[in-house]
Amino acid sequence: MPFTLRTLLSTALVIALTGGLLTSPVGAQGKTEIHFWHAMTGQLGEAVDDLARQFNASQGQYEVKPLRKGTYPETLTAAIAAYRQKSHPHIVQVFDVGTQTMMLSGAVYPVYELMKEHGIAVDWKDFIAPVVGFYSKDGNLYSMPFNSSTPIFYYNKDAFEKAGLNPAKPPLTWKDVEAYSKKILASGAAKCGFSTGWPSWTMVENMHAWHDQPFATKRNGFDGLDVELLINREFGVKHIGQLAAWQKDGIYSYGGRQGAADPKFVNGDCAMYIQSSALIGGFTRGVKFQWGTSTLPHWGAPYKQATSIIGGATLWVLKGKSPAENKGTAQFLKFISDTPQQMWWHVNTGYLAISNSAVRNLEEGYHFVRNPNQYTAFAQLTGLPPKAPSGMAGKKPAPVKSERIATPNSQGIRLGNFVQIRDVIEAELENIFAGKKTTKQGLDDAVAKSNQLLKEFAAANKP
Amino acid sequence: MRRTVFRSPWLPYLLVAPQMAVTIVFFFWPALKSLQLSLYRTSPFGDKSTFVGLENFATLVADPDYYRSVGNSLVFAAGVTGLSVLVALVAAGLATQKIRGLTFYRTMLLWPYGIAPAVAGIIFLFIFHPAYGVLPYFLSFVTAYEFNWLLKGWIAMVLVIVSTAWTHLGYNIAFYIAGLLAIPGSVLEAADVDGAGPIRRFVAIVFPLVSPITFYLVVLNMVFAFFESFGVIDAVTKGGPGNATEIMVFKLYKDGFIGLNLGSSGAQSVILMALVIGLTMIQFRYAESKVTYR
Repeated sequence: MPFTLRTLLSTALVIALTGGLLTSPVGAQGKTEIHFWHAMTGQLGEAVDDLARQFNASQGQYEVKPLRKGTYPETLTAAIAAYRQKSHPHIVQVFDVGTQTMMLSGAVYPVYELMKEHGIAVDWKDFIAPVVGFYSKDGNLYSMPFNSSTPIFYYNKDAFEKAGLNPAKPPLTWKDVEAYSKKILASGAAKCGFSTGWPSWTMVENMHAWHDQPFATKRNGFDGLDVELLINREFGVKHIGQLAAWQKDGIYSYGGRQGAADPKFVNGDCAMYIQSSALIGGFTRGVKFQWGTSTLPHWGAPYKQATSIIGGATLWVLKGKSPAENKGTAQFLKFISDTPQQMWWHVNTGYLAISNSAVRNLEEGYHFVRNPNQYTAFAQLTGLPPKAPSGMAGKKPAPVKSERIATPNSQGIRLGNFVQIRDVIEAELENIFAGKKTTKQGLDDAVAKSNQLLKEFAAANKP
Repeated sequence: MRRTVFRSPWLPYLLVAPQMAVTIVFFFWPALKSLQLSLYRTSPFGDKSTFVGLENFATLVADPDYYRSVGNSLVFAAGVTGLSVLVALVAAGLATQKIRGLTFYRTMLLWPYGIAPAVAGIIFLFIFHPAYGVLPYFLSFVTAYEFNWLLKGWIAMVLVIVSTAWTHLGYNIAFYIAGLLAIPGSVLEAADVDGAGPIRRFVAIVFPLVSPITFYLVVLNMVFAFFESFGVIDAVTKGGPGNATEIMVFKLYKDGFIGLNLGSSGAQSVILMALVIGLTMIQFRYAESKVTYR
């Protein structure tokens, strides 16, 4: 067959249609191909491609091929379907709530094992504790943290000024948030005090962690499958009840699930906003007023202060590949966790750098002095002073050391059927905020339904 | 009429084979597969699979959430069918009048059918969203009432019904235009001479004469609302607020593809299938007797 443009195009089409699966693991230039399925869109997707290019250029043996498979749930479903047909990728990006499913799947090659068996030394101790804790079992890391973020507090400095508040002094407690909101509403600086993104993640999961309150039994599910939720206890009822009361006064304005409430902050309707730290980049480009960030508000005594928990996704290595391919996978994961790549990833995407050395290097390069908002999430997760150390020109900053240790309540949450549980919680929050149910009733119902889901998961995953 | 006789006994089977193959591969096989799924408890990766009999069905029957999704589906299907069939009849009535630019109007009326449900959902989102929609913005100048369907379930339900009905409108209009044009002018003229006004004419003559089309469209829109309305719900409300717009097909998707609970999802699809078959049979049994075929 003569090699025409037509054959070339049809070959390209076949490869495109099969997701490149028909190509052999050994590519055209004799390189071993590593397939990497992910769910990153737009600018983040380009960053993933760029990272793969950097790795491919750094050595001659392996070629990492990233492929976007849709949303997080779609990517996971696609990987599962492919695994059942033995045509799965080497690496798949799975969101935080899918962690338990992956760990119990029997389809995973744990990252710590992968690294050990391929003789690649990784200083796990250098990783930020709450990030590693979330994805470890018995102290061993199962998946490589990739894009991690945590909810932080955003505020509109222009609205603060208009309301006669000091734009350099964000509220630190929920009482402050209430008082500030009243001033903002009275002065007409904004239509509502504050709003929230990802309601279950920011207002239920993280608020429990932040106040050192358990979200579920068995150390938030880390110690077993017979787990029950604890969000209908004193703290949960107090916090959600307060939000419901504020919703009536216009202090709080519920804006929907995921990022649906983002426009409320961006167009100036709400003066304060609690949302993922990963939005810093988007806000830097898209927000027209002066804004700042701060650590999450706290209720104060008698509640203790712990860390917030992380969200985002990690990279899982799937079983069933040849040792040569696994070696390439291991090298790629090592590459992206190295300090220079971690710094690059953080600066270009706004996701957290996950090693203490990367954070230290960013600090030494005055990154946080220039971008103080990027520092807030690290402060929250590690217990460092909430302001970036400034005026350190000419002087080497003291080494970063985590002062705030993640407690069992704030190291993360590991539940089966977590996707549905989040959905159940958010549906009940909506019932509470709409006044259809009392706070206690709504949270009781959320717990009862979630416990049922947890029971089903435990039954389906009996060892 | 001439009877066709096949010489070879195999030829007729060969001729229907492609159609049968398509039906088996794309209908019977998946249906049997979901029936099989519904009887097992399967782990997401398929490594553990236990036969549990009717347990998946028993869990659903005991779940008040499931009944709510059935109720939502009935409200939704009735709303979508009623609205899109009724509006289509009125629009088709207007589009068969003798007016200037008729072809243009007819073409415009058919257009919405060419839009994918998900895209239609996004369009409605941009119009109605409380945070960035155009309509709430202008309404805020007129009334203090907040059309916040992120918290008010019934507004969300009306919104998804309207957007779904809109996507199916063009299809219904096309059928009604054809039906209305087929009504002999002499019949209408005779009624005219007898002194019947436009309303009387419509009730006594037009409506009965298009009743076969109405019947067909009601059945079809019902099935459409039950099975294929997923795109709009997913784009606009994702079943919220507080599950107020979670119809059966969306719950099935959510439990199966996001929750990875394939057993329950399979059981739900079996129930949905039975329900729609049942509804269609009832319609044929009782409604068809009122249909006037010419």
